[in-house]
Amino acid sequence: MSAALDYTNAESAWEDATTAAALLAIDPPGVGGVCLRSLPGPVRERWVQIARELLPAGTPWRRIPINISDSRLLGGLDLTATLRSGRPVVERGVLAEVDGGVAVLAMAERIAPATAGKLGAVLDNGEVRLERDGLADRMTSRFGVIALDEGAEEDERPVGPLRDRLGCHLDLNGIPVHVAGGCEYTAEDVAAARQRLDQVQCSDELAEALCAGGLALGIGSLRAPLQALRAARAAAALDGRSEVSQEDVALATRLILVPRATRIPEMQQPEEEEPPEEEQQQEQQEPEEPPPPPEEEPEPPEEEEGSDEEQADDDEQEEQAPAEIPAELVLEAARAVLPDNLLQQMKIRELAQRNRSQTPGRAGALQQGGGRGRPAGVRPGSPGAGVRLNVVETLRTAAPWQPLRREHDQSGRRVIVRPEDFRVTRFKQRSQTTTIFAVDASGSSAMHRLSEAKGAVELLLAECYVRRDEVALVAFRGRGGEVLLPPTRSLTRAKKGLAGLPGGGGTPLAAGIDTARQLTEEVRRKGATPVLILLTDGRANVTREGVGGREKAQEEANQAARAVRVMGIRALVVDPSPRPRPMGRELAEAMGADYLPLPRADASSISSAVQAVTGTGR
Amino acid sequence: MAPAFPFSAIAGQDEMKLAMTIAAVDGSIGGVLVFGDRGTGKSTVVRALAGLLPSIRAVADCPYHCNPEHEDTLCDHCREQTQAGKRLNVREISVPVVDLPLGVTEDRVVGALDLEQALTRGEKAFEPGLLARANRGFLYIDEVNLLEDHIVDLLLDVAASGENVVEREGLSVRHPAKFVLIGSGNPEEGELRPQLLDRFGLSVEVSTPEELHTRMQVVRRRDEYESDPKAFVQKWADQDAEVRQRIERGREKLPHVEVTDEILERTSTLCIALGTDGLRGELTLIRAARAAAALEEADRVEVKHLRQVAGVALRHRLRRDPLDESGSTTRVQRAVEEHLPA
Repeated sequence: MSAALDYTNAESAWEDATTAAALLAIDPPGVGGVCLRSLPGPVRERWVQIARELLPAGTPWRRIPINISDSRLLGGLDLTATLRSGRPVVERGVLAEVDGGVAVLAMAERIAPATAGKLGAVLDNGEVRLERDGLADRMTSRFGVIALDEGAEEDERPVGPLRDRLGCHLDLNGIPVHVAGGCEYTAEDVAAARQRLDQVQCSDELAEALCAGGLALGIGSLRAPLQALRAARAAAALDGRSEVSQEDVALATRLILVPRATRIPEMQQPEEEEPPEEEQQQEQQEPEEPPPPPEEEPEPPEEEEGSDEEQADDDEQEEQAPAEIPAELVLEAARAVLPDNLLQQMKIRELAQRNRSQTPGRAGALQQGGGRGRPAGVRPGSPGAGVRLNVVETLRTAAPWQPLRREHDQSGRRVIVRPEDFRVTRFKQRSQTTTIFAVDASGSSAMHRLSEAKGAVELLLAECYVRRDEVALVAFRGRGGEVLLPPTRSLTRAKKGLAGLPGGGGTPLAAGIDTARQLTEEVRRKGATPVLILLTDGRANVTREGVGGREKAQEEANQAARAVRVMGIRALVVDPSPRPRPMGRELAEAMGADYLPLPRADASSISSAVQAVTGTGR
Repeated sequence: MAPAFPFSAIAGQDEMKLAMTIAAVDGSIGGVLVFGDRGTGKSTVVRALAGLLPSIRAVADCPYHCNPEHEDTLCDHCREQTQAGKRLNVREISVPVVDLPLGVTEDRVVGALDLEQALTRGEKAFEPGLLARANRGFLYIDEVNLLEDHIVDLLLDVAASGENVVEREGLSVRHPAKFVLIGSGNPEEGELRPQLLDRFGLSVEVSTPEELHTRMQVVRRRDEYESDPKAFVQKWADQDAEVRQRIERGREKLPHVEVTDEILERTSTLCIALGTDGLRGELTLIRAARAAAALEEADRVEVKHLRQVAGVALRHRLRRDPLDESGSTTRVQRAVEEHLPA
């Protein structure tokens, strides 16, 4: 969850944000880091400045750009030093240099999963393990990370493994500039707190409160309660105490647990928990059924303190009897910052989010897949536009000739490299196909059509998986279109995403086609070849504005279809209606797509039709 | 560098721990794959295992730590030495556990021309890579599903043949590279190629513990460890020593554990019922059950041992049926209840 916390006012949000900066400064590796969701601007600048000023003087502070290479990130061969000294010299990477300090990750929402994986491994191990360029080394490095997340959309966010390792999740969007002023702590406070940190104790009750609270909020990862515990300790140290207090726990809850909550265990109004599939999709679905709704009707949320507490208490008892009291402490803290309407937002987003929250930042994948291809050996050649010199291989080629060359060379250079030694890395590119299903999930035959489409996606996915191709799913119903399954190869994720696909409502065909087209553009930017499969009878009745109106809707749909044609992608319209009408064919023509009426479409016939038409199956 | 988190201090995750100890008892089992949620201690278990492994006898100064007792597995250099009638220097080493970090380059995996010697002395020498270091030990790949394809290809070949053949930069070297492959990852970040999946003998699915008590233990212990790693490791030293002894005894017991025809037959029945591909599933199941029996110091494999390991040995070998909603774990469980009732 990243929903902006609804603090009563921006001041307290800012106060919490600066406190988070202080906690990070006190114990960078313990707190893990800060995932800072904010568009660039004075507020974010101010926060980053505060975070930096709170650190003791001389603490390493490194900015990691989005396109950092492995050799700079992890370390590698220092070319200049190697050439000068005539023996391999290790160059330390940014992650080794930042030991004891803070690494700032720019545009973290676009970081490539592979880069995030490397960063995560270093954070976990507390050391950089270098096995590159003929060098092997281990360098201790423990640090905190500030991930600057500039994502605008709900699904534009740093990859899951990275977020999981960063303790505090802050959202500065919505804090006005005039509020973003100072910080109540100084670098001296932080220095004093660092001294005290080792002595700070935390009672079992409060530690348990964090664990139980995390569980009740539906947070699977165990890193979160651990980071919360360290943060609570740092907070106590910051306040000059040697014992963690309830306030510290409440603070840690606000900063660390609440932003990751996937469910609200209490105060659920009956209608809010209505769609039952949502609950079942909780991350740990198997053993734990969602807590049964309390027998007594839950009171409306606008309760005064006392009875509110009591009621939540009851709820807790039902969920996990032994933990009610400690968890309540955390939940109360959580409740203070979770606005009522958030519950609704959360329910609504839950579905989409579960699929997308694991989606790698869009451009991150772009960078990774962007035609870099797979290294396919090394060949002689000179570096230039787009061709990278392979330093190590070049040196290896030059090495055997050194004694001979030195005899004829008076310059006294230790290593003599000639142009003919140059080696460059070859990359093999392989074009990947991404099949995008756009499914009409509206009214009438939705349920049937949808389940067949789901079946077809899974069948195709099983195919694609073998070829390492990808599948995506867009559904449109009611007011608009939605990407239910971003391009993926993972059967696990596909199943999760498909399980709760809703159906019903009007047919916003134009909006659906638009959504699909945007996705194809994205796929194309990543360097893959999109194939669009549209499953509809071609009858629209909701316009782009989300209002009814058959004629306008139809016209807009054809317009959207022509936009797809302009892109010149391969497309197929599958019309599953029992008695196909001309609209389907017209739509296909407007789109420049093949038209395939399949009156009795089932999963396998759709799947084989798709394979036949697109030529993806073999 | 801080010492690894102690194995016995890991709360819960029994299946994962069992699979690791089985792999430690019988290296021929073919490795362990650990797949599951984030923050469940996947890599902690593997790193902890390193601290538990008993020591082995190896040729001193041999980069591949050859086993002096097995002449046919010696590397070329050691073999020349023995054939020339020289005695090999032997010393005790701990079983190597080698990390294959993400971002590793090919030359470090297979080995390459030694750059230092080449640059300074102009000599052509082979610098062994990670595969050499992992010989007779464990090779651990965290986030195995994020590993680049060309590195995966290298591993597949070597894991199958037990030998690393290097042909590059004018070098022509071959050396033994037999190791237990351990991989971990999160399936939501991408699945594993079937070929690689198949190389793993056992597969473990981990999920975060749901029980408050276990979660408390995990957080408390981890917190204690991070505050003072050395003291924490000291505190758990005795329990870790116990596990180590259990593994050592299991290793000794292993060749003497009997597998009756009845057990073989029941294994086959189970595998046929599940429709596992090929014989590898059956073989792994038997081996894993034998190791489980050895860990208990039992004289023969019994049905309970089969039941104990059926999940880890078989779940990744079922043919994929994308329309079957129930996961492979449930399918194995169902078949076990049917064909191997307790």
